[in-house]
Amino acid sequence: MSEETITLEVTRYRPGHDREPRTQSFTVPYRKDWVVLDALNHIKDRIDGTLSYRWSCRMGVCGSCGMMVNGTPKLTCSAFLRDYHPGPIRVEPLANFPVVRDLAVALDDFMEKLRRVKPWLIRAVEKPISEGEYRQTPAELDTYKQFSMCINCMLCYAACPVYGLQPAFVGPAAIALAYRYNLDSRDEGYRLREPVLSDAVGVWECTFVGECSVVCPKGVDPAAAIQRSKVAGAKDWFTSVLMPWGGRS
Amino acid sequence: MPGHKTIEPFWWGLFSVGGVVAAFLVPAHLIVHGLAIPLGWTSSNPARLLAFVGHPLVKIYLFVLIALPLYHWAHRFRFILEDLGVHGLRTPIAVLCYGSAVVGTVLTLWILFRL
Amino acid sequence: MSASRPERAGLYYPKLPATWWLKNPRYFRFMIREVTSVFIAIFLVVLLVQLYQLSRGPEAYAACVARLASPGWIVFHVVALAFALYHSVTWFNLTGVVQVVRIGERQVPPILIVGGAFAAWGVVSLVILVFFFTRV
Repeated sequence: MSEETITLEVTRYRPGHDREPRTQSFTVPYRKDWVVLDALNHIKDRIDGTLSYRWSCRMGVCGSCGMMVNGTPKLTCSAFLRDYHPGPIRVEPLANFPVVRDLAVALDDFMEKLRRVKPWLIRAVEKPISEGEYRQTPAELDTYKQFSMCINCMLCYAACPVYGLQPAFVGPAAIALAYRYNLDSRDEGYRLREPVLSDAVGVWECTFVGECSVVCPKGVDPAAAIQRSKVAGAKDWFTSVLMPWGGRS
Repeated sequence: MPGHKTIEPFWWGLFSVGGVVAAFLVPAHLIVHGLAIPLGWTSSNPARLLAFVGHPLVKIYLFVLIALPLYHWAHRFRFILEDLGVHGLRTPIAVLCYGSAVVGTVLTLWILFRL
Repeated sequence: MSASRPERAGLYYPKLPATWWLKNPRYFRFMIREVTSVFIAIFLVVLLVQLYQLSRGPEAYAACVARLASPGWIVFHVVALAFALYHSVTWFNLTGVVQVVRIGERQVPPILIVGGAFAAWGVVSLVILVFFFTRV
């Protein structure tokens, strides 16, 4: 019995061996319920155990399996083979990042930027546990909830041409997370995040291409977060210039 | 590198205001001054136009219409060049772009003053 | 092609080509949107020249307008109009994203903000057109 198959054209790169990435073709079974990640796991289990890539939850919440599928940044656990039938399917490492090996990219730059924006609740004075929880109304939660859905998958960085051309750009996810905490009623850290956002390679580098929001698998809409941060940043700048004696609390 | 106060918000603010002015006003004026008047669809005559333009409120309106979108162009054009991969010439490009907008503003003021 | 940064040995650093904006329709439409600013600027310079000729007297202005009736200039203005309309449409569509309007605790649905902007644009354009066709 011959089973239907589909071809994957997968990037291979061995550090120290290869000067440049190359493409290797693999033929895998075509199953209607398979995703690209299933195909990669099949390749690693049955065909070539040296293939290297990241994955974890295989259900779209961990953000580990981001790769380029036919030139578009996708979570390979959410990219169904049937949507690319009859193929071939091009699987490449996430764009705009240095390639470590095969389909795995270096995450250092993003991790550093994530830390830089301080994506945690900042209080002037921490409330002791004995005083109870921070209270928040549903309406207060609604203002930032969308931006809290980020799973740090970095698809937005792969989609952003500004990041591709200027790696110093803080980038969509980091800015969206900074914005999420700035909007949180429990947070008091706006001033501490401001130097990162208001830097020339912060929000001002963005030219609102908008592709980041198109590829985001969780509907975070980082482009909106960045533009709104620009409005807030511009208001701050003009008030600080026109009314230098005043100040935001 | 992080932490220094940059002037980017200023140019972005001008870009935004210029963009709003361009979005609201330019298409209608394009139809009037680029098509309707040259093709004779309107009954306007130059003498009446000249008298109309002499009014100070009209001059302020024309200044807003012409000068502000120049800053919208300058900022956008600067980033077009960056988005096309032109790097390392950040300062000269900024001077060229915003400088042209400033020159355009001065010329607008001068011509409106003459009218 | 990209700005310089320290590179670690063994890693492969891909370079984004300057033709990235040809890779998908949304990137292309983005570039068109940015280029609208060029056509708008050129039109405004031409308008400034018209005003300059007007300042030199009715005859100079009439001669200038006659030159603008040539096919080349008409084609330019038609093309510029298309770009200017694209700027207006994309700009108003994006106002819903950029500006969050709150009444009390509730957020005004973005479509109302966008709709309001388009409606205002329609009214303003109509006023300008009616004015030049009837009162000048």
